[in-house]
Amino acid sequence: MQQKHRTIKYPDAPPPEMPERFRGRPCIESSKCSLCKDCAQTCPTDAIEVSGNVTIDLGKCLFCTDCEDSCHQQAISFTKDYRLSFSKRQDLTVSSDQKELILAEALQENIRRLFGRSLKLRQVSAGGCNSCEADVNVLNTVGWDLGRFGIQFVASPRHADGILVTGPVTQNMKLALQKTYQAVPEPKIVIAVGTCAISGGIFAGHRECCDGAGDVIPVDLFIPGCPPHPLTVLDGLLRLLGRGELQKSPAL
Amino acid sequence: MTVSVSEKITGSLYAYTSNGSELALDEIPVLSTEEFNKLILSGVSDGLRVSSFFGAAETGSKHKLYAVLSDDKESSLKISSTEIEKNEFLSLTSQCPQVHLFEREIAEQYGLKPVNHPWLKPVRYNQGMTNETQQILPAVGDFYKIESEQVHEVAVGPVHAGIIEPGHFRFQCHGETVFHLEIALGYQHRGIERALQGEFNKKSIHYAENTAGDSTIAHGTCFCQIVESLSGSELSARAQAIRGIALELERLANHVGDLGALSGDVGFLPTASFCGRIRGEFLNMTAVLCGNRFGRGLLKAGGVRSNLNQAHIDDLLRRLDGAEKDVTVAVDLLWDTPSVMARFENTGTLTAQNAIDLGLVGPAARASGLIRDVRKDHPAGIYCSSNIPVASCKSGDVFARAHIRWLEIKNSLQFVREQLRKLPEGKIHVNCGRLKPDRIAVSLSEGWRGEVCHTAITDENGNFLRYKIVDPSFHNWTGLAIALRNQQISDFPLCNKSFNLSYCGHDL
Repeated sequence: MQQKHRTIKYPDAPPPEMPERFRGRPCIESSKCSLCKDCAQTCPTDAIEVSGNVTIDLGKCLFCTDCEDSCHQQAISFTKDYRLSFSKRQDLTVSSDQKELILAEALQENIRRLFGRSLKLRQVSAGGCNSCEADVNVLNTVGWDLGRFGIQFVASPRHADGILVTGPVTQNMKLALQKTYQAVPEPKIVIAVGTCAISGGIFAGHRECCDGAGDVIPVDLFIPGCPPHPLTVLDGLLRLLGRGELQKSPAL
Repeated sequence: MTVSVSEKITGSLYAYTSNGSELALDEIPVLSTEEFNKLILSGVSDGLRVSSFFGAAETGSKHKLYAVLSDDKESSLKISSTEIEKNEFLSLTSQCPQVHLFEREIAEQYGLKPVNHPWLKPVRYNQGMTNETQQILPAVGDFYKIESEQVHEVAVGPVHAGIIEPGHFRFQCHGETVFHLEIALGYQHRGIERALQGEFNKKSIHYAENTAGDSTIAHGTCFCQIVESLSGSELSARAQAIRGIALELERLANHVGDLGALSGDVGFLPTASFCGRIRGEFLNMTAVLCGNRFGRGLLKAGGVRSNLNQAHIDDLLRRLDGAEKDVTVAVDLLWDTPSVMARFENTGTLTAQNAIDLGLVGPAARASGLIRDVRKDHPAGIYCSSNIPVASCKSGDVFARAHIRWLEIKNSLQFVREQLRKLPEGKIHVNCGRLKPDRIAVSLSEGWRGEVCHTAITDENGNFLRYKIVDPSFHNWTGLAIALRNQQISDFPLCNKSFNLSYCGHDL
C-alpha cells in the first residue's frame, strides 16, 4: 500500500512541469499583428480590444484560445507561464509586447505579520461551475499540501481571516456572500479566484448574476483562469503572503 | 392543431427520434392536454423514462409543453407536445413522481400552473423566462414540516463547511433520526438556458461547458451533437474517439475523487489521501489532451480542437498504467477494511422501485439495480462502434454507490486504453453550416453522474427558440432526499457524497 512521498517540493524546488498544451499568460507580438480585429470579434467575453495595439483583459479571458485560432498571423499565443495573480483590477490587462506583468504584491507589513504564517480562509462558491472550487480543493491533497504554508480552509467565517470567492456571484448568493464577509473579523482579505469571480466571465451582464465578487465586496487578490491551475492559485496565495523567492515578476 | 381520434389510432401520438438526431418541428404531434397526460402516464408505466419535460413560448402568447420520453429497450426517444390554454395544466406528479420537479420548473419559467401539484414551490427562485422585476429570495417560503414536540428542525446552508457549492438542506429530525429532508437549491442560477436562446454564437459552447464544470465534456458533447445534427454535419471517427476518451477521463477523475471523498467521510484517511492525489493524475491526462484539466476548449461543434500524436498517446498510456496501479491499491483497501464496510453497508438505501419512480439516472440508478446507461441504451459517437459494459449493483446503499464507481473505473480504464491504441486516422474537425430552421433535436450523453439531456428547438431563422438542459442531478437530488429517510443525520455527509450531485448543473 506504499505510494511514497508525493508532495511537490515547490517552492523550494522548481514547480511541476506544466502540460505541453497548457494555456497560461497570453503573449501578443505586435510585429506580427495586422490589427485586423479578428481576435476581438472572436473572443466570447470581449476581453480583447484593438486600437493602435492589442490588449487582453485577463479578468475577462477564458483562456479558451479562440483568439489564437482566429489570428492568421499567429500574433497571439498562450505561454506556459502559470504566474497570474494581481493586486489591482487594472493590472490584469496585457498589451502587445508587454515586457512585464505587475504581479500581486505582498500584504501590508502589519497585516502580513498577522497572516504570514497562519492564514485561515472561508471559501464561498457564488455561482461557480465547480471547477474553480475543485482545483482550489486540490491544494488540500497530499500532492500540494497547502497546510505546510499555514494556509487552511475553515468551516466558519468567524474562524477565518478572509474569503476566497468563486463564481460571478449570482443574485441568489449575493446576500449570503455579504453576510459571510460581514462575519469575518477585521482585518480581512478577499481573494477572487477564476474569471467569473473577477468579471462575471461568460455570465457578465446576466440579470441573474453580478459581474464578479468586486460588485459586492472589496477584492485584494485576483487570480484569473477558467479555472486557474492549482499552481496558479498557490503562486497567488504565496505572493500575497510575501514568500521571498516568488517576488520577482517573470522575465518575459 | 390538435390530433384527432383517428390519427391517434394510427399511432401518431409520438414522433420518434434517436440520440443526436433531429426532426421537423411540425412532425411533433400536438395533443390535447388530456391526451398528453395520458400518454406520459401510460408511457412511464410501460417502462419509458421522462428524460426531459419543458415549456416553450412560441409565437404570440401561447405556450407549449414538450415531453421527451426515453425508450431504453428500443434505443429511441419519443417526443410529444401539447398546447396550454388558460396558463394551467393538470399535474401528473401524484401519479408519476419523476415529473415533479419538471412541473415546478415549468411553473417557474413560464408561469403555467400545474393544478393539484402536491408541493408546488420554486425550483431556482428566479424570474424564469419572464421579465418580472420582483425580487425572489432563495429558500424563503414553506418547508415540509412535521409538527411534534419531539421533532426538531435542522437547517444547513447555503454556505457549507467545505469547499463546495451552495444549497439549503432542511431536516425534520427525531433525535438522530431523519424523518424527512427537503432540499432547496437555486443559489447557483446563472440563466444559462435563457442565454442560450437566440443565435448560435461564439458564447454558446462556453455556456454548455460552464453548465457544470466537472461535467464539461458531457455537457459540451451534448451541445456539439445538437449543433451537428441541426446543421447536418458528420463527425470524423477520430474526433468521435477523442471525445469518448475525454468523456471517460472525466468519469475516471470524478469517480476516483468520489471514492477518496467517501473514505474521508468515514474517517478512513489512507484511501482519502491516495485518491485525492490520483484524481489529479486523471485531470492531468485531460490536460495532456487539451491543456486544461477540465477539458475546457477541447470540444468544438464539428469535432475537437486538439489532435493527438503518437507521443501523446504513449504518454497517456504510460500515465494510465501508473494511475491504475495506484488506484487499485487505494480502492482495494476500502473493501478490505471492516470499519469502512460497516459504515458503507445498509446506509442510505434506495430501493429499485424508488429509483424507477423518481426516474433516477447514472451510477445512483445502477447502484439500485437498474440497467440504465446512455452509452448502451442510446449510443452515439464512439459508443456506437465500441461497447463499454454497464456496471450494476443491487443493494442501493452507500456501498453500492461506491462499488459501482469502482466497476466503472475499471471499465473506463480499459475503454480509454483500447481507444488510444486503435485511434482512427482522419481529420478532427469539419465545419458546421447554419442550423436548420423549425427543427427539434435531442442529444444525450452519459456523464459521470448519469444522463445529460439537451433539447433544442429552432425558429424559422435557425435560431434557438428554446434550449433545454437536463443535468443528471435534476433527476437525482430527490433520490438523495428519499435515501436519507430514517437514517442518522450524522450520515448525511456520507450519503450526500455517495450521490455527489451538482448544484450548478441543477440550477443552470
